[in-house]
Amino acid sequence: MAIWLTDASKVIVQGITGSEGQRHTRRMVASGTKVVGGVNPRKAGADVDGIPVFATVGEAMKETGADVSVSFVPPAFARDAAIEAIDASIPLLVVITEGMPVQDTAYFYNYAKERGGTRIIGPNCPGLISPGKSNAGIIPADITKPGRIGLVSKSGTLTYQMMYELRDLGFSTAVGIGGDPVIGTTHIDCLGAFQNDPETDAIVMIGEIGGDAEERAADFIKANVTKPVVGYVAGFTAPEGKTMGHAGAIVSGSSGTAQAKKEALEAVGVRVGKTPSESAELMRELLSSR
Amino acid sequence: MDLFEWQAKELFAKHGVPTTKQVVVTTPDQARAAAEQLGGGPVMVKAQVKAGGRGKAGGVKFAPTADDAEKHASAILGMDIKGHAVHSVLISQAADIGDEYYFSFLLDRGNRFYLAMCSAEGGMEIEQLAVEKPDALARVPVDPVAGVDRDKAREIAEKGNLPAAIRDQAVDVIVKLWDVFTAEEATLVEVNPLVRTPDNQVLALDGKVTLDDNAAFRHNEVHDAYRDNSATDPLEVRAKEKHLNYVKLDGQVGIIGNGAGLVMSTLDVVAYAGEQFGVRPANFLDIGGGASAEVMANGLEIILSDPDVTAVFVNVFGGITACDAVANGIVSALSLLEEKAEQLTRPLVVRLDGNNAAEGRRILTERAHPLVEQVDTMDGAARRAAELAAAKKGNGAA
Repeated sequence: MAIWLTDASKVIVQGITGSEGQRHTRRMVASGTKVVGGVNPRKAGADVDGIPVFATVGEAMKETGADVSVSFVPPAFARDAAIEAIDASIPLLVVITEGMPVQDTAYFYNYAKERGGTRIIGPNCPGLISPGKSNAGIIPADITKPGRIGLVSKSGTLTYQMMYELRDLGFSTAVGIGGDPVIGTTHIDCLGAFQNDPETDAIVMIGEIGGDAEERAADFIKANVTKPVVGYVAGFTAPEGKTMGHAGAIVSGSSGTAQAKKEALEAVGVRVGKTPSESAELMRELLSSR
Repeated sequence: MDLFEWQAKELFAKHGVPTTKQVVVTTPDQARAAAEQLGGGPVMVKAQVKAGGRGKAGGVKFAPTADDAEKHASAILGMDIKGHAVHSVLISQAADIGDEYYFSFLLDRGNRFYLAMCSAEGGMEIEQLAVEKPDALARVPVDPVAGVDRDKAREIAEKGNLPAAIRDQAVDVIVKLWDVFTAEEATLVEVNPLVRTPDNQVLALDGKVTLDDNAAFRHNEVHDAYRDNSATDPLEVRAKEKHLNYVKLDGQVGIIGNGAGLVMSTLDVVAYAGEQFGVRPANFLDIGGGASAEVMANGLEIILSDPDVTAVFVNVFGGITACDAVANGIVSALSLLEEKAEQLTRPLVVRLDGNNAAEGRRILTERAHPLVEQVDTMDGAARRAAELAAAKKGNGAA
């Protein structure tokens, strides 16, 4: 099973002919992903390593049966690329693009929501991987193996770090939801999907400063999640009013602090580690006591 | 980017939002000249700092004459308001105020929507308004796809209880503020107060605008004109010129890592390990995904320019970033120092894992610099860096 991405997933790449698009297409293919096509309106008919390039997402879906699109389209054009994919009703759209203006994201997220039919992951995210099955995005496939832990994280490198810490146990699916202020798929969406996934036994949730997504996730866990959840929150030392790398990672006044997030999670029974390693240890303890 | 009041009001005027005439100045002489230029008074003299509570701090004064404007400017310039030094004051025409209202458009992150907030009870800070008169503050969700037309603007004005006598004008102003919000790609446009004059004019007397940094590529002119480096740490300015994501903090352990989440986490782990040794993280520096040797070398150069730094922790988990490139970056940074006839005088603790980690470690082992030390785990390396930083602290860093 895994969530949203399985060995049956057929992936197309928007922006396949750009340097990032090409590089990561090759990595996805190397890790066993069925990459069936790419999209670039100006290079239709060409190919990348034998993968056909189509003019539009709609055409690519019609010709290949693709159900996942991964977008590397640069910020200036990423909104139009997303709308094209949404108009074509692609079931899953993964927007890797970093540096998107937030009004563009707010627009295409709500456009997709009103239209229905497309789940968006990102932007400014590493994508998702169901190890051994498929890899839609830029997460290195060789860190770990298939297993029964689900992982959701705002941060790419912390996703990798946690996959590495628990590499001997393996993961059902790891989802990097992205560090922007507005993102398509939230911690809550992932927690709900992992709760319903028979191949996931436990969940690691990684958050960071900014917004109240982790607090909302804590409420959701209390009401809906029976599988064990271990947490980690980054940014305890972040000063107020400074953006810490991710556009969304900012403590504003007293809101969005790591401490508040940790407390909210602990209040609903989620064990939160002080460091990524400690969270990994907590997960080991939980799984071995079962 | 948060704007100064004068910048916000300039954007208001650009989009046709009625506001008062203004001149921003940096000396008392200029303040007098500005007041004369605006008709000789009365004018308001307002400290330009990116902080609330200016009035309470004595940073906003009424000046009936140009003489008074000069006198007030002289007192206000150089003031410290909540840690912000006042480098400029705004001289703006004083308006007769009938009623004061509150209005804002903002990005509602949690709901992934926009929000209009409007209240007929203005004249106080929004935080206070929300606590003291929550029922008087209308919160109207705004769909980013549908936007704000006259009907939506009327709905907002009605829910905020803006008086019927000026409702049509308020609707005009709201539509124009929506133009400011969308055309300038803001995440916040706030008018407080929005006033009604005794002759029923609606005017924006004060403004707060936050522009989306990610949208700067579409608004280069505005962002370049309004960027204020005077309040920014010089190292942050230099890092930005090199396209590095750097935030200066007040500790001793310099930190470089890849990926915002991992670097934030590294700061925490260092702070945690440093409790025992009395040291703290000195900075945030994210070299990003797929960083080259050059980026790594630039990052190290910035960190070593901070005299407070007594040890450096390089923490890299190679996902896209290749650890051999990171190691090569460290080696070339060391060579660059030597070319300048300088020496690395502060220890470097390096933890490399992930993509090409073995090769990265080999490169550093081969370079065998006495001050470069490799540690296997993130927690262990943080501890070692804290320990070394504490040992060096007080010995004087170079």
